[in-house]
Amino acid sequence: MELVYAICVGFMSACGIFLMLRGHTFTLVIGLTLLSYAVNLFLFASGGLTIGEPAVLSSSENYADPLPQALVLTAIVIGFAMTAFAVILAMRGRADLGNDHVDGTEPFDRLAEEKS
Amino acid sequence: MSLFQHLVIFPILIPFFVAVAMLFPRLSNSLKKQRVITVIANILMVVVAFSLLFKVEAQGIQTYVLGDWSAPFGIVLVADLFSVLMVCLSAILGLAVTLYATAGEDRAGAFFYPLIMFQLMGINGAFLTGDAFNLFVFFEVLLIASYSLMVHGGGKQRTQANIHYVFLNLIGSSLFLFGLGTLYGTLGTLNLADMADRIPLLANDELLIAKSGALLLLAVFGLKAAMLPLHFWLPKAYSTVSTPVAALFAIMTKVGIYSIWRVHGVMFGDQAGELANIALPWLWPIALLSIAAGALAALASQSLRVLCSNLVIVSVGTLLVTISLNTVQATAAGIYYLLHSTIACAAMFLLAGVIQQQRGKAEDRFVAARPMSQSGILGFIFALLAIALIGMPPLSGFVGKALILQSVTEASQAMWVFPMILGGGLVALIALSRAGTSLFWRTTGVNTHAIKAHPAQYVAIGLLVAILPLMVIFGGVVSDFTQLAAEQLKGGLTLQQLNEVTK
Repeated sequence: MELVYAICVGFMSACGIFLMLRGHTFTLVIGLTLLSYAVNLFLFASGGLTIGEPAVLSSSENYADPLPQALVLTAIVIGFAMTAFAVILAMRGRADLGNDHVDGTEPFDRLAEEKS
Repeated sequence: MSLFQHLVIFPILIPFFVAVAMLFPRLSNSLKKQRVITVIANILMVVVAFSLLFKVEAQGIQTYVLGDWSAPFGIVLVADLFSVLMVCLSAILGLAVTLYATAGEDRAGAFFYPLIMFQLMGINGAFLTGDAFNLFVFFEVLLIASYSLMVHGGGKQRTQANIHYVFLNLIGSSLFLFGLGTLYGTLGTLNLADMADRIPLLANDELLIAKSGALLLLAVFGLKAAMLPLHFWLPKAYSTVSTPVAALFAIMTKVGIYSIWRVHGVMFGDQAGELANIALPWLWPIALLSIAAGALAALASQSLRVLCSNLVIVSVGTLLVTISLNTVQATAAGIYYLLHSTIACAAMFLLAGVIQQQRGKAEDRFVAARPMSQSGILGFIFALLAIALIGMPPLSGFVGKALILQSVTEASQAMWVFPMILGGGLVALIALSRAGTSLFWRTTGVNTHAIKAHPAQYVAIGLLVAILPLMVIFGGVVSDFTQLAAEQLKGGLTLQQLNEVTK
């Protein structure tokens, strides 16, 4: 279980980082979303993975660590708000600057120039 | 229970309630009422911060157990002398910034005062919290307020600078969570005191994981603090935002420095067993190179605000040097320099705003333009601030730098630190005198529209400038405080001590 979980988190972060290396705000937002999913799963697993164990409330011998669940909840809420802000900012940047490149101007592309 | 026992949480609660109250229609419609309320709230915060300072000095570290859940399980606020000094600094800065904004810059966009108060709440919270995850939450509070404050007033340049700033910090927040998750996975706690207790007890196979988590946090705090490879966002961000916001941002890099001090200077400090001082090999070159990069960029700056932003980077480098020196004396010197440099940089940003208003289209760029209508008094303040920023006697910059240089004991360290800090001062001297001559003396034509600065702007700048000589005149008192703060900080705090204080 741990291996599958780790591969999932790793793959998702890799996808997120790959998308964030693009220079456009749209891919950046998608990449950030993927990375924040990955980090939420990562936090959730940071207390160790258990199956079928109750949270600390019941009186059983083994129980699941309740703290990561609380942390993940906070992280999800904050991540959600931040993504919403980033989307609005990206749209504002598109309107103000005329394109969606992070630097505000499209870099000079020699290949595209030669074709035309 | 008297109100006085809840003093520790007041610097977080006051801005929070004031900000929320100002969102309701009766207040949100009236800028005048908002101005009055914010200024009163900020004066109240200064009073609270200083009474907390004297309480901590008299009675030792103060804690506040939220919801009465005891330490490793619930969240505690810990007010030691270092964090309270930082809270005092943010209160003074907040007061100056709001005073300055009442002159009219608050009209440029909506919800200016609520956002300022939310930002102050985040900053104070980050200083006071004793829990790593709570630190993350307060970082996010201050960040989301700063994202919106940065585009206050609007405009293409601000949007563009904000895109860089926001996305970089969002990536930083994700990395922060990765780092916290890693540390929680190995240490099983997020209480800073408890974490410090458990780091020396780590099993061998967990050392590397904890180390990677700690270094991830260094990258995150470094991004906030604008240390060398992560500083590229700063000049653009600080030089495009509106004046009061830029001045308030002067303390934002210091939040990063503060966190590095707490986490890498103390938690992973001398008593961390196998992982003792893991950040030091990285911090040394970064600190020296930050000074060099900031100084070079300061020489190339084309406007006063860009110049001032680059001097912020130089001061960050200087503070990192004091963290790397890793002694109580260096820490005390660093805290003194931190207080001084934040105030001086913030005052310079405010002054740049006034200069910009009076020079018309030339703004604060170093080009020949018509003379300013109040160039006499502005020039005098500029000279005072320049002396402070360069580190010449008689102002506090000199005392700060002298204390830092004095705390260097080993020759191998002195070989690097002396030339860098003194060279940085020389470069600041050159850059600031060039700035002063071109702003005040290279004038053409006559000033036709005489825009005078608003009295509130002078009060705000005067408040900050007055502190600089006061820090020298009462230098003994201030350095006693910083010395005690450094001893408390470097002494560390175990969970047992924390719980004893709480009882």
